[in-house]
Amino acid sequence: MSDTPHSEAASSEPRIVAFMCNWCSYTASDLAGTARIKYSPYVRIIRVMCSGRVDPTFVLKAFALGADGVMIAGCHPGDCHYIEQNYKTIRRVAMVRYFMEQMGIDADRLRLVWASAAEGQHLAESIDQFVADVRRMGPLNWSANWDENDQRLEALEDIVQEHAEAMEVQA
Amino acid sequence: MIGQDRSALRIGVYVCHCGTNIAGVVDVEALTSWAAGLPHVALARHYKYMCSDPGQELVKRDIQEHNLNRIVVAACSPNLHEPTFRRAAENAGLNRFLVQMANIREQVSWVTDDHHEAYVKAQAHLAAAIRRVAMHEPLQRQFVQIRPQALVVGGGIAGIQAALTLADAGKDVILVEREPSIGGHMAMFDKTFPTLDCAACILTPKMTAVKLHPNIRLLTYSSVESVEGSVGNYHVKIRRKPRYINEELCVGCMLCIEGCVFTRARFPNPFDQGLGTRKPVWVPFAQAVPPIPVIDPETCLEIARGKCQKGCVEACGERSAIEFDQQEQVEEYDVGAIIVTTGFRTFDPSVIPYYGYGKYPNVYTSLEVERLLNAGGPTAGKLVLRDGSVPRRVGIVHCVGSRDKNHHAYCSRVCCMYALKLAHLVREKTGAEVYNCYIDIRTPGKGFEEFYNRVQDEGVHFIRGKVADVTPADGNGHLTMTVDDTLLGSIRQLDVDMVILAVALEPQGDANDVRRTFGISCSAEGFFLEKHPKLAPVNTANDGVFVAGACQGAKDIPDTVAQADAAAAKALAIIDAGQIELEPNTAWIEAAMCSGCKTCIPLCPYQAISRDEERAIAVIDPALCKGCGTCVAACPSGAAMQHLFSDEQVHAELEGLMLHL
Repeated sequence: MSDTPHSEAASSEPRIVAFMCNWCSYTASDLAGTARIKYSPYVRIIRVMCSGRVDPTFVLKAFALGADGVMIAGCHPGDCHYIEQNYKTIRRVAMVRYFMEQMGIDADRLRLVWASAAEGQHLAESIDQFVADVRRMGPLNWSANWDENDQRLEALEDIVQEHAEAMEVQA
Repeated sequence: MIGQDRSALRIGVYVCHCGTNIAGVVDVEALTSWAAGLPHVALARHYKYMCSDPGQELVKRDIQEHNLNRIVVAACSPNLHEPTFRRAAENAGLNRFLVQMANIREQVSWVTDDHHEAYVKAQAHLAAAIRRVAMHEPLQRQFVQIRPQALVVGGGIAGIQAALTLADAGKDVILVEREPSIGGHMAMFDKTFPTLDCAACILTPKMTAVKLHPNIRLLTYSSVESVEGSVGNYHVKIRRKPRYINEELCVGCMLCIEGCVFTRARFPNPFDQGLGTRKPVWVPFAQAVPPIPVIDPETCLEIARGKCQKGCVEACGERSAIEFDQQEQVEEYDVGAIIVTTGFRTFDPSVIPYYGYGKYPNVYTSLEVERLLNAGGPTAGKLVLRDGSVPRRVGIVHCVGSRDKNHHAYCSRVCCMYALKLAHLVREKTGAEVYNCYIDIRTPGKGFEEFYNRVQDEGVHFIRGKVADVTPADGNGHLTMTVDDTLLGSIRQLDVDMVILAVALEPQGDANDVRRTFGISCSAEGFFLEKHPKLAPVNTANDGVFVAGACQGAKDIPDTVAQADAAAAKALAIIDAGQIELEPNTAWIEAAMCSGCKTCIPLCPYQAISRDEERAIAVIDPALCKGCGTCVAACPSGAAMQHLFSDEQVHAELEGLMLHL
């Protein structure tokens, strides 16, 4: 075990970051543990209070840091602990997938999963399925891509800057 | 936060073995020495059981002796022990929110067989927690006041018991029951196992106590329409169906039932499982509480067709309690805690065609037989078949719908015992030969095995085998049960004249709607989900909502009563505390960064965000914010922030997950 960035250690296994809602899927992941349900170890879990808290920057940052797939797990539609915020997650995920395509990331690398607090088995199966699908897609290595395409990044920054100026003028 | 002086950080890292639960899979010593080398880590230790007193003492001592200002514990789920370590930190003088847990048990050692990958994953989760805790800030603890009233939903034995316990403790209780009377399933039974106590003798005094208790407001024929708010402050709307009889004026003389123009009761009484009949104006059973009839608008001639001689009104006389123009009403209450005790329903065996229920009249469910055996039932306690004859040979089929992958995989826990009870009662009342066909007899309760022995001694036949088929033996209603006797090793055919199906207990048909109303979850089979199966068996994911009785899982009366008292005690604990701590994970707006774009305002389902028109910015009312963070994720300026889940904290967590490996 070395304290070195993962990108230096060659690994063909996918790396998945999963954002899980405290009330349903995070509890489901605890339940999967209590029930000793085995699932792929390549998933790393971050707890949020609601899938609605998952900022698009969290997803993009995960990819930028080397994730090959990002999972967002929330309460089933109609079951949100905060009444309806998971519907906002659905809309936001659609938007983020759109971004991702524009940035050259296969939108299927972001997956939205519903798992209630009782569905440890379902959550474990969903993780295994996603890991298998991401493995099929191969490594993303998005940050490495960045370095090769500095110009593209600069161009993007210019667009953002112009956009911000336009907004200010309007305001 | 961003400008924080990181050089002053002194993080203490504690890796728990959890006996062998973690240490058996993850090399905790290597993990500890690895963590000791991470930035800002002042010391790292591992210990057998971090949650034990010596484990907590270790944290406390280190905070004081080594001036630690952040704590990371890599152990079980924060849902289990985050409060433990927060309290330990606080006892040592550190703000309790400067603690972070890494879940390396439920999410690592218990779900991975591969020790190497488990180690790598534990490293990632630990590094994430260390990076994250560096971004933590001290926060104030937040408390909310608890209203001293409680709502109990469902008036079966669980609801009755919980309501009485709360009311005896001096709390105001609202007890809601959707049927015209409280009592639930227990009121349908004649005797209870294993003591053969008369169900009515032990239940009806409690029902009356509910009615007479000055602290209980009983709302029957009513259902909870909506629940708003959160622990301590729930606003509840209760829909009250019209009884067409004024509850204040009625004295329960039942003369209206006698006076009804229908001289003969001719409509099926649901309380008697349709075996008995009722008039349009009726009470479910003689000891109903409240002892006030209801008028069924579908069969009452006056309500349905507007023309009737209204014998009931005449019989009621000067009391004038009958009000045909009653309308449905919605009443509103504010309560601090809610206990859900909505019970169960029995499995409908007609979906298993080979048992012939609904096809052959002499095939009964256990609940129907309970009513036939009940002295207050449709046959006044005589066990007779539909043609009036007394059965001479009775077959009882165990596990109908239970322990059956096609229906319910679970064991309903009570069927063996109630089937034994029915066998005893049938033999006692009729002297019939009784054949119990079972898969396994399960009698794990106080006095249960002794009762099984007693029923065996009484001459009841036990056949170990699943019943394959029930077919008509002749044209006279006799039946043939085909059973694979696994002890004898042969197929047997038993001629009987009555078959009793020991049906499963299952969640109420509307359990899914009820759970949504109260913001709780269901387990896979549809029963309400407790917060923890062992350590929080009556709590739910919704802090002020508790569950008890068969709505949480099939159980017998003693367990139901015990659980109801447990739920009442839990409700009392929060009510008497007067206040409850909330996670301070509310959102707030950094005024200098807010552009006033209003993106966040419609995203909040609690109307916690409003616009300060004068300053042209959004403001969040912390009292209304529940801390989901959706507005924080949506804010285009980064002005919306969330305590405990700031962008910096989550980004740091991500960096820890990805960079240290």
